[in-house]
Amino acid sequence: MAAAAPEPSALEEAAQAARREGLAGGARIFVATTWQRLRTGELGSLPVLVALAIIWAYFQAKQDVFLSARNLSNLILQIGVTGTIAVGIVLVLLLGEIDLSVGSIMILSSALLASAVITHGWAWYWGIVIAVLVGAAIGAFQGAWFAIVGVPSFVVTLAGLLGWQGVQQHVLGATGTINVFDSHISAIATSYLPHVWGWILAIAAAGLYALSRLWEAARRRRARLPAAPVFTVVVGAALVAAVALLATAILNGQFKNHWIFGDYTAGIPTAGVILLGLVIFFAWLTTRTRFGRYIFAVGGNAEAARRAGINVRLIRIAVFALSGFLAAIAGLIQTARLAAASLAINPGQVTLEAIAAAVIGGTSLFGGRGSVWSALLGALVIGSVANGLDLIGQGPDVKLMVEGAILLLAVTVDAVARRGRAAAGRV
Amino acid sequence: MEGGEQIAAPLPQRTPILELKGVSKHFGAVEALREVDFEVYPAEVVALVGDNGAGKSTLIKTIAGTHQPDGGTILFEGNEVKIHSPADATRLGVETVYQDLALCDNLDVVANMFLGRENAPPNGVGPLDELSMEKRSLGVLQGLNVTTIRSVRTPVASLSGGQRQSVAISRAVMWNSKIVVLDEPTAALGVAQTEQVLALIKRLREQGLGVVVITHNIQEVFEVADRIIVLRLGRRVATFEHAETTPEQVVGAIMGARQEAA
Repeated sequence: MAAAAPEPSALEEAAQAARREGLAGGARIFVATTWQRLRTGELGSLPVLVALAIIWAYFQAKQDVFLSARNLSNLILQIGVTGTIAVGIVLVLLLGEIDLSVGSIMILSSALLASAVITHGWAWYWGIVIAVLVGAAIGAFQGAWFAIVGVPSFVVTLAGLLGWQGVQQHVLGATGTINVFDSHISAIATSYLPHVWGWILAIAAAGLYALSRLWEAARRRRARLPAAPVFTVVVGAALVAAVALLATAILNGQFKNHWIFGDYTAGIPTAGVILLGLVIFFAWLTTRTRFGRYIFAVGGNAEAARRAGINVRLIRIAVFALSGFLAAIAGLIQTARLAAASLAINPGQVTLEAIAAAVIGGTSLFGGRGSVWSALLGALVIGSVANGLDLIGQGPDVKLMVEGAILLLAVTVDAVARRGRAAAGRV
Repeated sequence: MEGGEQIAAPLPQRTPILELKGVSKHFGAVEALREVDFEVYPAEVVALVGDNGAGKSTLIKTIAGTHQPDGGTILFEGNEVKIHSPADATRLGVETVYQDLALCDNLDVVANMFLGRENAPPNGVGPLDELSMEKRSLGVLQGLNVTTIRSVRTPVASLSGGQRQSVAISRAVMWNSKIVVLDEPTAALGVAQTEQVLALIKRLREQGLGVVVITHNIQEVFEVADRIIVLRLGRRVATFEHAETTPEQVVGAIMGARQEAA
């Protein structure tokens, strides 16, 4: 929900009830409110976080290197591609549309980068620029075809999934693989932040978050508008700071030779910082700007948006362009990780994993509801399951089955929540 | 008034905010409006009534800029104007609330009230000024005495039908509008919620707006309307002053039992 002051949380409702009716009344209201929000899908990312905790606990119990710093670092690198694509997918889903072409745009951008830098000897940065621009242009083209010509986005991007894979094969030519040995490009997925920078970033992020929340609450109070209680703000900021600092400490090797975290000291992977940066930026864009507001509006009621004077076509084209842009960024990360552009990657699977991540993270398939953070959370769920199953020695067969089951579960939750909202008159 | 004769209400001594003179509209061979006159004064509620196909929708869509008339003139505050598009109508201060309300259910009350006119830097990517929008929304709702909405940060989906209608109407009148056209504002509402909306309509009149209400509910017409204009088969067949008429006369005019003297 794009709102500066969301509805009171279940906890706040309970606190009010407790003041009126005592502790028992408070507890009753808390349970009732939580249950109602769970049923109508308004608990936000809480269910995903719970699921993630269960998954981590399960794999840690089965295989005690799962939560080691080295494996967590691996996990971050593994979700870079899916997470980045999923950010774009969230934007498209918020519009109430779908983009099936992102996997093919990703491998095409990878092939273009390799071809430009290795085959044609361009500088690495021009290779990146061309790959990213082509990705955005493809997205804009598909968005225009959908928004102006009126062909459903499902069909336009399905054609894209096939077509751009063909273009990728054409670019890669007969050999099918171009090895990319370029230190700048491979740094995207193989470098780590120096420990000091990791600490500076973590402290700055936690501090900025706390300050902005406090400042906002203070401004609202000065304007005599309902504001989040200081207690809630402080607890939230403390949680964010704890997660940021703990993650940095683990990855920087502060708990070296601890029985859980092991002997890893490499630091925060750059790819993780890129993904987190993209998530934070697009979360801000969608919830705090006019452009983001219009994405939600078009996804909620396109006709109402049009009548309010919003250029619905432009918003649609821009969102598909962003989806293509983010898929191309994912292509850069993929190229760096493999040190190659290759025919071996299945774009259909990449696409579906990204869509699965967005939906598992809590973004609705039906448009207008969700958050960019669900891209990160969903990618973490899928990545953790894949990583954990690898560790306990399961093959791709089991991984696919488990992933399928999780996706079905997530979409079912979405559909049931939608029905719950309809029953509560909150479609 | 006696016999079959109905008397056009004497025109008050003021200038109408909006006046249509001899407006006609064809759709192919169908004559939707035949030389219809229509006028709204400041601080009055006009009920536009008529059977299905009488031309009510065509008339309000002409006012709203969705349809272009084939003939006739439109005067706004005494000056001739052309309303080529909904944007033209908005610029003049004419707002229309259609039956579907055009709300985004996933957005909160503030976001809906400011949809398309957010307080933000003009470049489109600067942050929204949520604080000023929230204050203004609260002010507008309070000014119109819409008090049942607990938080303006709740998604519109969770509001009752009457509250949703109130949000849509408040949004329509918060931009210095002079006329607001309401298309069946109470059609889907229960008794208590209908009362809410009718009270809101009366407050719009107190604030000096011209209100045009399309409705099928004669009882409601008599509760809020100052004047009642009856359309039948694309023509204006009768005009009643609320104080001087009975529901039977209005129903008779709608059914075509009596014709207004030409």
